[in-house]
Amino acid sequence: MKYTKGFNTIVKTISGVLVSTGLIAFSAGAQAETLRLLTWGGYAPEAVVNIFEAASGIEVEVTNSNNEEMISKLRATGGAGFDLVQPSQDRISSAQIEFDIYKPINLSKINSGLMISSMLEGTKKNTTVNGKVYGVPHVWGTSALTINTDKASGIKDYTDLCDPKYAGKVTYRLKRPTLIAFAFSMGMDPFAAYNDKAKYADIMAKVEAKLKDCKSNVKAYWSGGDALINLLRSEEVVAAMAWDGSGWKLSAENPKIQTIAPTSGALGWIDTFALPKKTKAEDAAYKWINFVMQPKIAAMITEAAGNFTASKGSDAFVEESKRKLYQATFPPAAIDNINWYPPVPAGLEEMEGKVMDRVQAAK
Amino acid sequence: MNTSNAARLGLILLLAPLLVWLLALVILPHIDMLLISLRERVAPQVYERSFANYAEFFTEPLYWRTFARTAIMSISATALTLLIAFPVSYYIAKMLRGRLKGFLFLLCLVPFWVSELVRTFGWMILLRESGVISNVLQWTGLADGPVEMLYNDATIMVGLVYTSMLFMVVPLVTTLDSLEDSLVEAGYDLGGNGLTVLRTIIIPHAMPGIVSGCIVVFMLTLGNYLTPILLGGKSSMWFTAQIYTQFITRFNWELGAAFGFLLLALSSAIVWTGLKLSRQTLSESMG
Amino acid sequence: MDLAKNNKSFDLECRDLRCNFGSFVAVDNVSFGVPEGDFFSILGPSGCGKTTILRMMAGFLEPTSGDILIKGKSVLNVPPNKRPVNMVFQHLALFPMMNVAENIAYGLIRQGVNKSDVSAKVNSALERIGLPGSGEKNIKQLSGGQQQRVAIARCLVLEPAALLLDEPLGALDLKLREHMKVELKKMQSQFDTTFVYITHDQSEALVMSNHVAVMNEGRFEQIGTPQDLYYNPNTAFVAGFVGESNRWHGRVDEVDATGIRVSTAEGVSFLAVPAGKERLAVGDAVDIFVRPESVVIAHDETRAHEMDNRLSGNVISVLFNGANSRALVREGRSGGELDVALPQTGEFSNLAVGQKVFLGWDQAQAKAFACPSGNNQGQGT
Repeated sequence: MKYTKGFNTIVKTISGVLVSTGLIAFSAGAQAETLRLLTWGGYAPEAVVNIFEAASGIEVEVTNSNNEEMISKLRATGGAGFDLVQPSQDRISSAQIEFDIYKPINLSKINSGLMISSMLEGTKKNTTVNGKVYGVPHVWGTSALTINTDKASGIKDYTDLCDPKYAGKVTYRLKRPTLIAFAFSMGMDPFAAYNDKAKYADIMAKVEAKLKDCKSNVKAYWSGGDALINLLRSEEVVAAMAWDGSGWKLSAENPKIQTIAPTSGALGWIDTFALPKKTKAEDAAYKWINFVMQPKIAAMITEAAGNFTASKGSDAFVEESKRKLYQATFPPAAIDNINWYPPVPAGLEEMEGKVMDRVQAAK
Repeated sequence: MNTSNAARLGLILLLAPLLVWLLALVILPHIDMLLISLRERVAPQVYERSFANYAEFFTEPLYWRTFARTAIMSISATALTLLIAFPVSYYIAKMLRGRLKGFLFLLCLVPFWVSELVRTFGWMILLRESGVISNVLQWTGLADGPVEMLYNDATIMVGLVYTSMLFMVVPLVTTLDSLEDSLVEAGYDLGGNGLTVLRTIIIPHAMPGIVSGCIVVFMLTLGNYLTPILLGGKSSMWFTAQIYTQFITRFNWELGAAFGFLLLALSSAIVWTGLKLSRQTLSESMG
Repeated sequence: MDLAKNNKSFDLECRDLRCNFGSFVAVDNVSFGVPEGDFFSILGPSGCGKTTILRMMAGFLEPTSGDILIKGKSVLNVPPNKRPVNMVFQHLALFPMMNVAENIAYGLIRQGVNKSDVSAKVNSALERIGLPGSGEKNIKQLSGGQQQRVAIARCLVLEPAALLLDEPLGALDLKLREHMKVELKKMQSQFDTTFVYITHDQSEALVMSNHVAVMNEGRFEQIGTPQDLYYNPNTAFVAGFVGESNRWHGRVDEVDATGIRVSTAEGVSFLAVPAGKERLAVGDAVDIFVRPESVVIAHDETRAHEMDNRLSGNVISVLFNGANSRALVREGRSGGELDVALPQTGEFSNLAVGQKVFLGWDQAQAKAFACPSGNNQGQGT
């Protein structure tokens, strides 16, 4: 490994020189302070960015992405290239342990009074590594069921998607939330098995069998929000495991399409704010966090993203129809029933990856 | 002595940008990748040198089956592209003259004015169950209900052939252009029919173009990512998608890098075999 | 000599052949027949339609009207690969993707000849064209003349009713061309096949052919033996195109039983004989052609004295070329230039520029053709 290290250094130096010359050339034009934000589609709507820029004089560069790409991008640069990122809370600690890509959050710079305290505390707990906190909550939502009530009113839980009645008319993702959801729906608790690899493997084996069995029912595995919305909107599929936000968007167009909490519980996720290890605009990042958590601004983000935020009291500013849809999906009992993702221990994702590969390869 | 030194210096200066480019952007990243592919993660941020990633490819049937499927479909797509592109190219090169020739040639280029993503979405709009073709079929009474033409291997094939057409037509038109009409006429005059003229004169003449077109199309198809992902069905696997998955979704750079090198080696082996079988040399076809 | 009407065994015959490209008439009512074993040439300037005729005979072009017969049978609807004629292309069109033997074997295999016969025939053909053992060679390894012979052998092994040759010597250098003329003639008698030969080079046509058709602007001007064309041209075009001539333009002053008297615009008067088909009358515009070798040149006036036409002038240039030496003489009265062949006796070996000479020729050597538009026509030297 010794000479490898030497060589790696050369490689990194050269690529570093190339990248930095590029960056100098690029940033020379922009004099003002810049916040490079790596986030999800809809989390930084143009209207919000404009208000922020006008108020703070900080320019915001938005890059849309997803959990895996965020981690991969930061891993490739050792935590450089962005000033603020928004991974899901369950994906932070394992990535930090594995790749060391984040910087701890200075909680004193966060206006914690703006946040729903239960969510803030939960996120802090889940993103703590070696006593340091790496994430604070922003947007939350669930993976639930979106169904066309005219044609698929019988679907109450994830496993109902495998009912032969709906053969070729359902869709879900081939991603880890689906594995977790099916496990719950089959009466198992995968989260409880997170720290018991053997047990988890056992659960995954059962889920794999179920998903292979169910494959003939699936029209296509959706891969992005647009594909999902197109499938449901065109009525090519009548039921889907979907993000609640996407489901509510469709309800606004076609009231027959509704989002319901499955009987085994919706899967709750929270997207956070985290600082990349080599962030260059830390102050600007805190300014942005405190800015978007204001109730009125947070409500604008809810309008754009389709999901609610951890901002205290922002519900009041959200359009009445949106709130109604939310309440229809989540009566108080359903909220209590949400299964929140705990942090993923390292190594599980590799196991899940192979399960998904085998499901995809199955005929 | 002085002048030759100056000439050599001049040559070095001329080549320098190219060499720096090659070294920094091609050779170094590849060496880095090779080193990554040769290590195995034993604990968080601890790695050991090993061939485990390469062994994984051969021991896990899923991976080499994905590669085999990708290779077979790429070869089929290449053959199909050749089959369609050959008459088109012959028509453009030999039957047309002047402006119409340029116009048809340009038509082959038109799909490349939009990005691959847009092109692929175009196919999705056409082929999906609630799409244009399905609706036309129902409207004309040729189909009773909606017809799904998306999400299967045939659709991938259509997409791949469509994307590859230009890269086959260009070398074919170039070589066929250089075929003298009198050779074809002599072929007929001496008693050959259309088929023998095609087999003994036109195809042997076009062979360098056929081979270079096939190599380019095969490599492009093998390395395609969007078309198989977007048009393919739920069972569709593509080797480049597997590499992407390893790098991005699984954070397994080691396996991804190993797959990358396997793709390079295996596809080179396939091209080499193809050249041997068609008794062509690379320099002849590319020169 | 009208071959088309002579209806005995023609290998190849064209009747009232016509070919239009849009409004352009490339071939205009051409009729001719090629007897068995003949070496028949079509001679004409480029663009005269001779290649079009050849391509129609080979089957690559459809005639607009008229008929083509091979061995007495119409081949109008027969595709090129079924016609018993073969073509040697201008640039030979040897197949570069095959070796010499494969090139020669190509047609035999298409005829369904069995393998051992094919190789026997190929070998004997290679021997006959003086390339034994060269079967494995690549086409590019052969010299121009060797390629020529392979291209011809490739056709002749098929024993065609006729071999069509489209200016195959055009691409060769002069020396090789001279050599190939003899070679071609030899091959024709060796294989005993009818040749139809297209050329714009009169010497190729005259040296090799039994019969030559002179073609101009889509029409045949005259068909005949080379001697016929040379000594008895029927039209001004033939007189000007075949061989070399001195030419004058003038008007007929007198017509009598022996010939006509013509005077040129410069006031020179000549005796000539009418040679075309048209009858000439007093006042007609005519062109007069006199071959350089018909002009007698003398140092003193007495020798030229016996001639019907007499001139004198000064040498302006001597073109020494061994047996084909010439002198260019400026005529005293009109200032016109004359091309005169020098006798091979060596009598004029000391001829110098500026020297005064006396010229003369017989009335019968001066051929007069009616010149309908009054303008000069065709090409003369």
